[in-house]
Amino acid sequence: METIGTDVVIVGGGLMGCSAALDLSRKGRSVVVLERGFVGAQASGVNFGLLRRQDRFLPQLPLANRAVEIWHRLENVVGEDCEVEIRGHLRFALDDEDMAVIEDYAAGAREYDFEIEILGGETLRRRWPWLSDRVVGAGWSPDDGVANPRLVTPAYARAARAAGADIREEHEAVEMTHDGGGFRIVTQNGLEVRASIMLNTAGAWSYHVSANFGEPVPLTAIGPPEAVTEPVPYFIEPTIQRVGSPVVVRQVQRGNVIIAGKPRGIADNVTNRAYVAPRSTLANMRKALEVVPSLGSLNLIRVWSGIEAALPDNLPVLGPSLTTPGLFHAFGFSGHGFQIGPAVGVVLSELAIDGRTETPIEPFTMGRFADYEGEGSDA
Amino acid sequence: MAMDDPRVVVVGAGPAGVRAAEALVKHGLRPLVIDEAPLSGGQIYRRPPPGFRRTTKELYGFEAAKAEAIHRTFDGLTDVIDYRPRTLAWNVQDRVLYTACDDVVTPVSFDALLLATGATDRVLPFPGWTLPGVYTLGGSQVALKHQGCAVGRRMVFLGSTPLLYLVAYQYARAGAEVAAVLDTAPFSAKVRAVPKLLSNTSMFVKGLYTMAALHRLGVAIEHGVRPVAVEGDDAVAGLRYRRRGEGEVRIDCDAVAFGFGLRPESQLADLADCDFRFDPVFHQWLPQCADDGRAGEGIYLAGDGARIGGADAAEVSGELAALSLIEDLGGGPGDKARSVELSRRLSSLVRFQAGLAGAFPWPADMARSLPDNAIVCRCERVTAGEVRQAVQRPLGGGCEINRAKAFSRIGMGRCQGRFCGLSSAEISAAAQDRDISSVGRLRGAGPVKPIKLATVLDE
Amino acid sequence: MPQFVRLKEKSRPRVTITVDGATVEALEGDTLLTALLTNGRRVRESEFGDGARAGFCVIGACQDCWVWMDGGERTRACTTYIAEGMTIFTHNPEWPWTTPA
Repeated sequence: METIGTDVVIVGGGLMGCSAALDLSRKGRSVVVLERGFVGAQASGVNFGLLRRQDRFLPQLPLANRAVEIWHRLENVVGEDCEVEIRGHLRFALDDEDMAVIEDYAAGAREYDFEIEILGGETLRRRWPWLSDRVVGAGWSPDDGVANPRLVTPAYARAARAAGADIREEHEAVEMTHDGGGFRIVTQNGLEVRASIMLNTAGAWSYHVSANFGEPVPLTAIGPPEAVTEPVPYFIEPTIQRVGSPVVVRQVQRGNVIIAGKPRGIADNVTNRAYVAPRSTLANMRKALEVVPSLGSLNLIRVWSGIEAALPDNLPVLGPSLTTPGLFHAFGFSGHGFQIGPAVGVVLSELAIDGRTETPIEPFTMGRFADYEGEGSDA
Repeated sequence: MAMDDPRVVVVGAGPAGVRAAEALVKHGLRPLVIDEAPLSGGQIYRRPPPGFRRTTKELYGFEAAKAEAIHRTFDGLTDVIDYRPRTLAWNVQDRVLYTACDDVVTPVSFDALLLATGATDRVLPFPGWTLPGVYTLGGSQVALKHQGCAVGRRMVFLGSTPLLYLVAYQYARAGAEVAAVLDTAPFSAKVRAVPKLLSNTSMFVKGLYTMAALHRLGVAIEHGVRPVAVEGDDAVAGLRYRRRGEGEVRIDCDAVAFGFGLRPESQLADLADCDFRFDPVFHQWLPQCADDGRAGEGIYLAGDGARIGGADAAEVSGELAALSLIEDLGGGPGDKARSVELSRRLSSLVRFQAGLAGAFPWPADMARSLPDNAIVCRCERVTAGEVRQAVQRPLGGGCEINRAKAFSRIGMGRCQGRFCGLSSAEISAAAQDRDISSVGRLRGAGPVKPIKLATVLDE
Repeated sequence: MPQFVRLKEKSRPRVTITVDGATVEALEGDTLLTALLTNGRRVRESEFGDGARAGFCVIGACQDCWVWMDGGERTRACTTYIAEGMTIFTHNPEWPWTTPA
């Protein structure tokens, strides 16, 4: 059996794990990442690619702002083009009630140094003439945007490897113990890793890790329904989403329009399959047409999904384990982890090195589920 | 699963679907038959549009009687089935089939689903294959049969399939100029396959007849060639190819029709969660079903959509799958004697197809030698070099074909990987020096064909 | 010079359609693909700058012959039958989707 001693062992090679691995490696720590499949192949790789801050839980904005700063220079951080496009996010209103929600949120966001510009209907249509007449106003955040999720995590992993991290794909952690001195992790193919610090970034499989250390959580596996049209010339620059609606629309520069929404489909983290319910696809298509009516003539050519993990309050767990010293969790991002991912990695790195971070993460404490005794995702 | 009024759905109205529907009706069922075409018959027995005058003999040649029988049978069924032509079955999930017709989506719940979805040409790319004037063999045949048109003025036929000779013969007979028939398989492969091919004497004789007729018509036939590139700026002007052990040859033409056998239209089977395995004889991933068509609870596969067997096998397997379905629905033991007889015929026809697969081998080496700048995925314009780069980049799992898709966009386009899935897997396997069966297959995703965004849901 | 050559069934009634603003003659029972390719050698442009396409599979599987109809609708040329007065575009028309409906 091969045995590796390392400062930090990271279970889960998604965006959170790989960005943590990069930061830790660059700060001179030895890191082993154990990924049961391939890096970035699940939630990190199959999501919509949305770098959106509007409508985020307000106390999460410091983390989101920190991520914006990283996204804007991502190519320098990871050394690869990940199709980051900062072209703004438009959260629009169809009536006064919607508008009040946008204005309330903008006022709250200002407290967190996030400026949202309020635009009226005429301004909107002058700038984006393809928007439906029904749109009466919007909140506009020009520093938000999109990135290609399929590229980002592998790019982080390669950068981390170049910085010295030992990244093992197809290594599933099957035994995890803490003996007071440190962690001992054994993989299905017989690799033993010993580390003083452990990060649980295992996405929909995080339940196994946390429960293993006496912290069960009500985590469920979900599959976001994503759909894409045939390519047409680029005209939708910002990402667009209605207040209170899960449907979000964007266009990639090469032409395809992507539509995401709800309800989330069935995801099976045992068979590794996630299904898109045809009815969700149809419902989301209809919603998209309410905003950009002229998309109606285009063809939908493909849907996809992947396995994400959600917690009942739709907030992640991010912070120290309450049972095991040296263990830190980051999971359950509930469908909005991509934007904050790079900042989560840095925060995890700070927690691993210093035991603390300047970024407020109290609302994401594991303590929310201290009384939970039930089963997790694949129950 | 005995039930009073079971909902049975057949997808496809080609030879397999027609024989299945016939058997279902005979056993007292009223199946829903969904077909994309406006008229039944499938691709092989496709009927001409109204106003066309050619006789069935002119249209279907040797197979005229079979075509007539299929058409007659289905025409006799339309009053006792629920027939929905011009309707696409675009997804299946949780025992509901999603259909679309004139931009209206109708979900159809079913107790049993029989998929007789047919096949398309199996292709391997070569430089210039996206130029106007390059068509599949099957496509060139349909143009002639269904529209009375040749796909070019001066034709080159290329590939490795019995269809190569048949279509070239049909074109030559119809008065088209056939500049050459280029078989990528060496002649020796055919000689070696003779013992297996003799399992179906009449088919074998028809094949020999076709080849002899081409000779008689003065058509040049070459064996063991490799295409190098289609030439032309805006459209086909010629084809460069390599003869065995010799240099390159250029031939003038304005159309190239090519194909390397068939691949099943297995997307719905995939969405219905059928198991798939790599079949080394047919050299592709095939949905798994028992010889009697059973492919999972309430799911039955028949015809070329399940495994490549040709039209005769499609008729047999369609009826056989229907009999299995009837038995499973609890309508008694079905017709055991008939099932046994059909199974026997099917296995003989499948043996013949295995012989054909040997006589017309898939030229996998074309993928290995494909230049980096050649387009592999015509929908998304992904090149061989981009696939290789996705495969060889460390981390992320590009070695597996669905991960290579994520990085390169191979198979992400309108056709859902129908025409690049197998070739990109070959390129991936070659780039890794691995066996093709180890790199996986592109997973299916709905809709199996494009549906309009402004589609209305009819519940 | 056309791509497709009519060999059979040539005595059908004539039908006139409009392609990219020009009048084109075809025959009743033609698919749009046949109508286009008995009058020329292209059906559409690849979206990714590699030139013209003129269909490929001819049976509605490869999706390489979608054209634009009047009003911005899409249609697959090889499975669409022509009708008198049909108007189609082989290039992207003026963006119909840039103005709200």
